[in-house]
Amino acid sequence: MEPLSWLEIIARIGQQLLPVWIALVATFALSIRFKRKLGLYGKLFDSNVGMIGFAIVFFWVCTAIFADLIITHDPLGQVSRMRNAVPGSALPRPDDMYPYYLFGGDSLARDVFSRMVMGAREVLRIAPFAAMISFMIGITLGLPAGYFAGKLDTALTFLANLVLAFPVILLFFLLVAPEIQDTLIPTVMAGILFLVPILFVTVLLNSRFFTQPAKRNLYVGGVLLVGVWAYAGLVFDWDPTGLWSMSPNLLNVFVAVVFVNAPTVFRIVRGITLDIKTRDYVAAAQTRGEGAWYIMLWEILPNARGPLIVDFCLRIGYTTILLGTLGFFGLGVSPESPDWGSTINTGRRLLTIYPHPALVPALSLMSLVLGLNLLADGLREESLKD
Amino acid sequence: MLLFLLRRVGLMLITALCLTLVVFYLTNLPAKLETLAKTQAGSRMTDAEVENWLDRNGYSSNVLVRYGEWLGVVPGWTREADDGTITGRCVNFADDDPAAAGDRCGLLQGQWGFSTRFSAEVSDVISARLGATGMLMLWVLIVMVPMSLILGILAGMREGSRTDRALSTVAIVTTATPEYVSGVVFIALLASSAVGLSPLLVNLGLIEGPVLFQGNARSALTQITFWNFTLPVMTVALYGMGYIARITRASMTEVMTQQYIRTARLKGVSFSNIVMKHALRNALIAPFTVIMLQIPWLLNGVVISEVLFSYPGFGWTLYEAAVNNDIELLLASSVVAVVVVLVTQLISDIGYVYLNPRIRIS
Repeated sequence: MEPLSWLEIIARIGQQLLPVWIALVATFALSIRFKRKLGLYGKLFDSNVGMIGFAIVFFWVCTAIFADLIITHDPLGQVSRMRNAVPGSALPRPDDMYPYYLFGGDSLARDVFSRMVMGAREVLRIAPFAAMISFMIGITLGLPAGYFAGKLDTALTFLANLVLAFPVILLFFLLVAPEIQDTLIPTVMAGILFLVPILFVTVLLNSRFFTQPAKRNLYVGGVLLVGVWAYAGLVFDWDPTGLWSMSPNLLNVFVAVVFVNAPTVFRIVRGITLDIKTRDYVAAAQTRGEGAWYIMLWEILPNARGPLIVDFCLRIGYTTILLGTLGFFGLGVSPESPDWGSTINTGRRLLTIYPHPALVPALSLMSLVLGLNLLADGLREESLKD
Repeated sequence: MLLFLLRRVGLMLITALCLTLVVFYLTNLPAKLETLAKTQAGSRMTDAEVENWLDRNGYSSNVLVRYGEWLGVVPGWTREADDGTITGRCVNFADDDPAAAGDRCGLLQGQWGFSTRFSAEVSDVISARLGATGMLMLWVLIVMVPMSLILGILAGMREGSRTDRALSTVAIVTTATPEYVSGVVFIALLASSAVGLSPLLVNLGLIEGPVLFQGNARSALTQITFWNFTLPVMTVALYGMGYIARITRASMTEVMTQQYIRTARLKGVSFSNIVMKHALRNALIAPFTVIMLQIPWLLNGVVISEVLFSYPGFGWTLYEAAVNNDIELLLASSVVAVVVVLVTQLISDIGYVYLNPRIRIS
């Protein structure tokens, strides 16, 4: 069969992405219709930048969700004679397979398009989750550091600066390696890092509801149950149901990324807390006799949400870049993994002759990060209008 | 001021000690030492042989003691074999002179160790590579700083205008393009004889060689030319540019709303004069600190760019050391990297105080 022209390739990719377009149009129609009732999220649709950013991010999120419907071939499957095939090449013997490699084949004759789609799933499975854990750690340590100040602040700031003084790339080389996975280091670090979110939610609920013991016991008990279950599964791989589990590779990558991000979040939260704690409503709460944690988590934190939400978007983008860096150096991922960073790494060897296996994931990664940055910009603009 | 400096330098030294200890611990994990033994003395060693090798080469003592030896505050290990020959850390360094046994030899004495990957003294390897990276950094700064400042000032002098929107978008796009993406795009677009712009230009007879720019920067080591050095420099500069431009823009818009700018306007000073003489000086305080703090971040880009364009500089050495488990070289590279980070932080703090008369340290 004849190879496809570029127009046909675009048309066929558009067709493959049909579930994404439906979800995108439906979300936009609903959101614009009800934007006055949706708070900050609704306001996003007042700014062009925010809307474009949201569209790009949502496109990739949907692609990740519907990946199984979108892919044309098995991302790990090889088809003979399709090595380094140019975009739009037809399969020699399609049988019951999709008859074309839409974005061509890579050096191992795998479909670049399907790998790109599955790569989105890999990235979006880790990046937002890692950013969230980093945020919880940064908030849990940053609030008391800013609120109590004094020796605690000095010690925590010193520790944060210590981590920040490490060049990121060096930390990755040292921390993400097969030898490290054999030791206890990732497990211990994960044990500490994952403990903080559980503590955070527990303290958050306890400080709010401790005057109503029945409610408090229900909420805190539920959180502890789920928390300990997830904790045992993620850190020690002890979950009998297998719902929460992480391969040693993934755990190692996760811990390294969280470790790099958390100190920056800590510094941001600390700075905001130092500013907000001088406000009148904090003084009012102190006069009422509220506990320190209540003031931090229910008076200061909600008022710091604007800059924190903006930074959260930026941080997901930054985490995506970090994951790509790890993949680019072949750290902590299995060589077959379709994630964008390692695909760029394998594709760069033949870059000057067959650029498509590296270009496709590179541009995907860039567009996702760009979308997140634009989204953050839109959110910043809209939250400043209040 | 002097007290402030002393305290900062003291804090810096403590930080450097902590960080090198962490690096030392992580590079000297038992598993890594085992790999080292196997690469040095044969891959089919049994566990007992590995143990024996480590013991003979002074790797069996406590991590803290070995850290002290490496720093040069604890006397190096010595060992007397059955036939009376003396081996030891310092004996190896002093050209097998047994009299050196029991001396201190480490970082403080200038003994950085021996690189297994390059079969040379670590200090020689590092100093040669640092020179190469210095050139790269120099050109990156020459390209990046003026471009980002101009971008930021043009965007920030009229907030909300069309220029502002366009330039801000450019800045956002560059911050969303990590080095490995821009490098790959540059190579595919400009440095390939099969695809991209180069074949087109060759057909039109506009360029001499096969490609517009070279995708391999190894030749830049002997002679830097526009042809072989543009792509690595642009790759590093592009990612850092957007961030500095955004900080400059924010700082510029803030200054432009100040009272004294309005006063100058009401006096009838021309707009270009206001920007150049009144606003610029105050608007550049924040970008200065950011540029200094950006240097450690450039290190990331330098490693990626040097690996991608196979330019044998410091970043490439760091990568090679990490991949080949070259412990001594990795340790030395880490020390250099950490010192660079800490020194730039110090300079940025001092510069901020110096440039901004509103802050006084007493």
